[in-house]
Amino acid sequence: MNAAGNLPAWAALLTALCVLVGAAVALIGSLGLLRLGSFYARVHAPTLGTTLGMASVLAGSALYFSVLEARPVVHEILIAAFVTLTTPVTLMLLVRAALYRDRTEGSGEVPGGTWRRPRR
Amino acid sequence: MNWLLPYPLLSAALLVLWLLLNQSVSAGHVILGSVLALLAAWAMAALRPEKARIRRPGAALRLAGLVLIDILRSNLAVGRIIVRSREPGVNAGFLTIPLDLRDRQGLAVLAIIITSTPGTIWVNYDAAKGTLLLHVLDLVDETVWVRTIKDRYERRLMEIFE
Amino acid sequence: MSALVILGWAITSAQVMLGLAMCCVTYRLVAGPRAQDRILGLDTLYVNAMLMLVTFGIRTGGTLYFEAALVIGLLGFVSTLALAKFLMRGEVIE
Repeated sequence: MNAAGNLPAWAALLTALCVLVGAAVALIGSLGLLRLGSFYARVHAPTLGTTLGMASVLAGSALYFSVLEARPVVHEILIAAFVTLTTPVTLMLLVRAALYRDRTEGSGEVPGGTWRRPRR
Repeated sequence: MNWLLPYPLLSAALLVLWLLLNQSVSAGHVILGSVLALLAAWAMAALRPEKARIRRPGAALRLAGLVLIDILRSNLAVGRIIVRSREPGVNAGFLTIPLDLRDRQGLAVLAIIITSTPGTIWVNYDAAKGTLLLHVLDLVDETVWVRTIKDRYERRLMEIFE
Repeated sequence: MSALVILGWAITSAQVMLGLAMCCVTYRLVAGPRAQDRILGLDTLYVNAMLMLVTFGIRTGGTLYFEAALVIGLLGFVSTLALAKFLMRGEVIE
């Protein structure tokens, strides 16, 4: 922490709180990946880390650099925007792939329906 | 004006992206970023994508605020299930919902909202029948989830896009 | 000065928590049981590594870590997409 010589106390404490909350939420999400019983239940766990966890850590980082450099440093918004737009796409595609595999294997746990084989 | 700026929102977003990446608002970067944003918008115009039309910007802002609050609340709910529950994920299940929303942009926004809210995931949309297949982590009462999706999000999205 | 000490400890414990999270995810990545579980583990590993890099950026005060985090976020998206598509159709580029 040698770079933070002249950081005011309120900013340091607020940054600490944001980073701790974000890391804890990400940890709970990853724990869910470990504890939840089936694949379809596990898909819900990573969204904790990509929503509240990510937002909290990035807010801490933006606050820290803005106060330290005495100008608004908001390029963390870029990461937040990219992650918010890309995570739903990956998760949806992954669930559809899993559903497709389970349906072609005739697993009884997933709803059947009229499932066409994807066009080649 | 229309030939110069076919997609004003896209161009503005690209310019902001350029300035944020370079961490500067000097004249040189503004000019370079504007040129890039214009070129990208013209390249996009050659692809002729369907234009999205947002009819009510105010309603869109209210929906964004609502979604932020919902994401926060379902973060807490899912976290509680993972940490507290003896056997987490026993209530998980699939759910089919008939949708009235037909606008493609509206459906895309609904997919992003549903999937980025912890605890619900958009699985498949059947365009012929207009039904949506969801997976829900805490599926105790189906009617509550159907009402949430239809009243809270779908009605507002139809106001905005249709 | 004490607030800065607290910040230092907070960042250290946040990094420990993120490290534990990465361990949980790596277990899912190694143990499976199916291919989709492994891909899900890899995707979450990317997100956790990205958050870890941001905390390193706060610790050192440089912007280099931010750019690394941005690149990891984008690469994670592309690789997970390619793997999921491979599961669906058995080939990535058609």
